[in-house]
Amino acid sequence: VTWLHRYIKVVVASTVLLIAAGGMVTSTDSGLAVPDWPNTYGQFMFSFPLEKMVGGIFYEHGHRMIASTVGFLTIVLAVWTWRADPRRWMRRLGFTALGAVILQGLLGGITVLLLLPAPVSIGHAALAQLFFCLTISLALFTSPGWTRAQAAVDDPTLRRIAAATTVMIYCQILLGATMRHIEAGMAIPDFPLAFGQLLPPVWTAGIAVHFAHRAGAVLVAVAILATAGHVWYHHRARRELARPAILLVLFVLTQVTLGAFVIWSRLQPLVNTAHVVNGALVLATSLVLTLRSYRCRFADLAQSTAAAARAHDQRQALLSRPAAGSPQNI
Amino acid sequence: MRLSWLRFCVPSALAAGLLVSGCGGSEPAPVAQTPPADAKRVDAATAGSVSGRVTFEGPAPENPSARLDSDPACAREHPNGLKLDTILVVNGGLENVFVYVKDGLGNYYFDTPTTPVVLDQKGCNYTPHVFGVRAGQPIEIVNSDATLHNVNAAAKVNQGFNLGQPIQGMKNAKVLTAPEVMVRIKCDVHSWMNAYAGVLTHPYFAVTANGGAFELKDLPPGTYTIEAWHEKLGTQTQSVTLGEKDTKNISFAFKAAHP
Repeated sequence: VTWLHRYIKVVVASTVLLIAAGGMVTSTDSGLAVPDWPNTYGQFMFSFPLEKMVGGIFYEHGHRMIASTVGFLTIVLAVWTWRADPRRWMRRLGFTALGAVILQGLLGGITVLLLLPAPVSIGHAALAQLFFCLTISLALFTSPGWTRAQAAVDDPTLRRIAAATTVMIYCQILLGATMRHIEAGMAIPDFPLAFGQLLPPVWTAGIAVHFAHRAGAVLVAVAILATAGHVWYHHRARRELARPAILLVLFVLTQVTLGAFVIWSRLQPLVNTAHVVNGALVLATSLVLTLRSYRCRFADLAQSTAAAARAHDQRQALLSRPAAGSPQNI
Repeated sequence: MRLSWLRFCVPSALAAGLLVSGCGGSEPAPVAQTPPADAKRVDAATAGSVSGRVTFEGPAPENPSARLDSDPACAREHPNGLKLDTILVVNGGLENVFVYVKDGLGNYYFDTPTTPVVLDQKGCNYTPHVFGVRAGQPIEIVNSDATLHNVNAAAKVNQGFNLGQPIQGMKNAKVLTAPEVMVRIKCDVHSWMNAYAGVLTHPYFAVTANGGAFELKDLPPGTYTIEAWHEKLGTQTQSVTLGEKDTKNISFAFKAAHP
C-alpha cells in the first residue's frame, strides 16, 4: 500500500464528513445563516471567532471550514498524484478532482449570495456526489488490489448492469436533492402509503418529485439486488466483486429504512443527514463494483502504465542527475 | 498570447468582483411614486371605519418553546425559557392576525410614508412579530441583541434579501416595493425567529392586539373584501359595504387546523 493511497483514503473520509456537514446545513435550514461569502459576517473566514459559531452559523460556517480543508487536501492530492503516479490519466484525474472541488466551492458561494435558488443548490449537491466519486475512483486506482497484476473478470453482463445501477443511483440522488431544495421532503406526509393510498390523490410539483423519489427508490433497490444477485451467482469466489455487492445490499436496505424514518420523524435533521450520507455510500459502493467490473478493460492501460512507469523513472533519473552543463536539463 | 490572456482575465475578474460586491447593495432610499392621472383621494368628511375582533374557538394550543441552548446569549436573555407567540390567544381573542383590505379600493391613491417601520431583534425575538408596511416605505431593521443575527426576507414577489447584523446596535434600512401578503422574515442563526410583513399600497391594515381587536380607520364608502391572515391558521375573508361616515363591526373566528 503506497502512502499516496493512504492519503487519498483520508481525502475520501474527509469528503464523507463534508457531505455530512453539507447535509446538516440543508437539514437544519441553515444555508443562509452566514449571509456573506467568502467572508463570514464581514470577517476573514479563518479568523471568525469560535464563540460566535452559534445556532445556524455552527452548521454553515462549519461546512465552509471543512470544505476549505478538503479543498486544501485536494490540492495536495493533485500535486502528489502528478509527481508520484506514472499514469498520465491518473495525473489528469487528480487535477480533475481539484477543478471539481474549486467549482464546488464557487457554487456554494454563489448559492448563498443568490439566496439559495433551487437550481444552484441542486447543482451544488450534484457536484458534491461527483467529487466524492472522483476521490473514490482515485483511491481505488491507487489500491494494491487494482495495481496488482491478476486476471480480471471479463463479464459484459456485469459491466452493463453495474454501470446502469450506478447511473440510476446517481439520478436517484439528484431527485432526492431536488426534493430537498424545493422543500418537498414532507410533500407526502405518510409512509409507505401516500395520503393513505398507493398513489397520491392530488398532484403538485412537490408531490410529483417526492413520489418520483419513492418510485426511484424501488427501481434502484431492484437494480442493486439484480447486480448483487448476478455477482453472487457468477463471481462469488471473487472477493473484489462479492464484497462490494454484499455491502451494496446492506447499504440500500439501510437507505430505505432511513428514508422511512425521515418521514416518520418529520425531517429530523440527523436522520435526514444520515439518509444523505448513506446515499453517497450506496453510490460509492456501486461505483467501486462497476469500476472493478471494468478492470479488464484497463488491461491496455496497464500495459501503457508499465511503459509510462519506465518513462517516468527515466525522467526522474534524468532530473536527479547533476546538471553538468547539458542545457536540456534546465 | 499570455498578455492578451491577462488583458481579458484581469478586467473580467474585476468586473466579477464588482458584481459580487454589488450583491451586498447600498441602503435603499424610499421609493418615490407619482399618482396616476385618474387617481382619487380619500375625502375625510365621508370616510368611515371597520372594526372588530378575531377570536379563537376552542382551547388555545400550547405554543412551542425556542431551543435557546444553541446560543448562550439568547439563553441568558430568557432564563425561564421562551414560549413562541405562534398562536397567541388572550381572553379568547387571537392576536398577531394581519387584517387588511384585500380588494375594493379601486383607484384611490395614497402617499407613501417616509417614516420607517422599525423591526427590532430583541431578546432573540422579532418585535413586532407581525406588522404592516407600505410598498416603498423603509423598514429599519435593528439588532438590539448582544449576539449576531441574519435577516433573511424570503419574499416571493419582492426582491428578497439576506443581511448580516453581527454587532449590537446595528441598523439597516430595507424597502419592499411591491404589495405582498405576507413576506416572511427569518433568522437562520436562530431558527425560531420569524416575523411577517404585510406589504400594501394603502394604509388599511391592522394587526390584532388587546384580545384580538382591530380597526381600519378612514375608509372611503364602498364595498370591500377584508381578509384576516394568520401564520398558522390560514386566511378568512368577509365582504363589507360601507356608507358615508359609516362604522361597521365584523368578526373572524379561527380554530386549530388539527383538533
